[in-house]
Amino acid sequence: MDFFLSRYRHLTVLLIVIAAQLLLIAYQVRTNRDVPLIRVWAVTAVTPVEQGLEFVRRYTWGFVEDYFVLLRVRGQNEGLRRENGQLKIENNYLRNELATADRARALSVFQARSPSKTIAARVIGNGTGANSKVVFVDRGSTSGVESGMAVVTPDGIVGKVVDAYPTASLVMEITDPTFAAGVLSQKNRVHGTLKGQGHAECLVDYVQNEERVDVGEWFYTSGDDRIFPKGFPVGQVTAVQNGKTFKEIYVTPSGLQGGAEEVLIVLQGVHQEVPTRELASPGYRILPLPAEAATEIPQGAPQPGAQGTDADRLRAIYKQAGADQKHVFGEGAPGSKPPDFTKIPSVHGAPPPANAAAPAKSKPKPEGAETTDDEPARVAQPAAPPKPNQ
Amino acid sequence: MTEYTEHLLREAPRKDTANRFRLVWLLVIPLVAVLSQVYVPRFVQFLAYLELPLLITVHFALSRGGPVPSLFYGMFIGLVQDSLSHQPIGMYGIVKTLVGYFAASVSMRFDVQNPVVTFILSFFFYFFHQFFYWVLARALLGQAIAFDVQQTLTFGLLNAAVALPLFRILDKLKVAY
Repeated sequence: MDFFLSRYRHLTVLLIVIAAQLLLIAYQVRTNRDVPLIRVWAVTAVTPVEQGLEFVRRYTWGFVEDYFVLLRVRGQNEGLRRENGQLKIENNYLRNELATADRARALSVFQARSPSKTIAARVIGNGTGANSKVVFVDRGSTSGVESGMAVVTPDGIVGKVVDAYPTASLVMEITDPTFAAGVLSQKNRVHGTLKGQGHAECLVDYVQNEERVDVGEWFYTSGDDRIFPKGFPVGQVTAVQNGKTFKEIYVTPSGLQGGAEEVLIVLQGVHQEVPTRELASPGYRILPLPAEAATEIPQGAPQPGAQGTDADRLRAIYKQAGADQKHVFGEGAPGSKPPDFTKIPSVHGAPPPANAAAPAKSKPKPEGAETTDDEPARVAQPAAPPKPNQ
Repeated sequence: MTEYTEHLLREAPRKDTANRFRLVWLLVIPLVAVLSQVYVPRFVQFLAYLELPLLITVHFALSRGGPVPSLFYGMFIGLVQDSLSHQPIGMYGIVKTLVGYFAASVSMRFDVQNPVVTFILSFFFYFFHQFFYWVLARALLGQAIAFDVQQTLTFGLLNAAVALPLFRILDKLKVAY
């Protein structure tokens, strides 16, 4: 045995080591358990170095890598910027095309509905001059355009033709300092003269300080200038203040909102009525109230507007009821019998006294004022007075 | 048998016993080898074929000479590898123990300073390592893993090619005693 061990010492060690490891494996496989100690040692020895390597890599090679990534990102960014710019241009082009189509459709609709004979034209260029607001349109005398014709859009007036050439016309916009046109306020029917100021807003001149013009009120063409047919919208009042003699009324032209590109030249103007309804905002149409709502006003109730406020009308009803019972208001000691208000018709449905509703029926509604937004459709019914014996 | 092969066999023993690794290198080098095996393929995947711990074991066995130290060194490296794997501890330990022992035994008979011998031995021990591990995995653990001979041979050649410069570098780390 000693001979064997001395002669095959290396082999013996090898076999022992192999056998030990085989036993270790067998133990792990048999018991399905690990040998955590060895793993813990190995992992504890390796992972800090690994973390250090990772740290160094991150701040050396990672930095270099990030630098190259950044360079690539920069290139990509430039490419994306170019692409974005291209897309923006394309988007703007498509938006303009869409807006043009919308405007053209609006123009055609307006042209079909307007009683005036018009011809569509496109703005093709600006006129020279620092302060002048003139543009060229692509319709000229060969299309029947003449100097002095009105130029409008569905949103409002744009200007007037000052020169007509065979293939084009020069149009003075309403913002030109030399432009003037007769206008009429919608609500208060105040006449004035619209004057261009050289900038976005126009001035309505020659309106007496005593006249009433509200901010937000619309001005329409009055037809006084013999150029613009009556009834075309001009713009909305943005500021009003009293001047020395005349009011200073500033109007934002509605026809030039967003820049006019397609316009209509009025070849033969037809005057129209200035709309009586107040526009909520340009482009929105307010429907009238339903017919049944307009007719649901109680017979016994006085019409609004006939006698001031509802309280006034109630007062008149009660006063009438007292007079019918020969009661004198203001007399009688406390505890005396009050008039019997239970017979008030509008309260209990009894037929109204002939003179109770007379004030309401005596004053008809103004012509054209069917039922407007600021007009209540029905009067609030008066509350029943307390019964004296209860 | 040619004169050259006779020379390889006769002049054999490369006993570079005068120059040896410092103890710290004996610990650091396998650690670096194991680390490189678990860390480098994360970023350079094709380097996963490199079996640096095996090459370190072979180099130690060929240069150190003693079978017992070599088998213990191989066992140590193998166990560290096992510890970082999901296999039971001892699989790589047994294989590398055998590699260390046989490499040290072979170094007694060949001129292991010769690059050709180094290349062939590295290739052979890589194949042996992979084959024996496969055998152990099938026999001891019952794992039905495949053994791709062609791939193993190819990777053996690549590892042998890497072994040549690596052994040169490792030889430079030795100090004279």
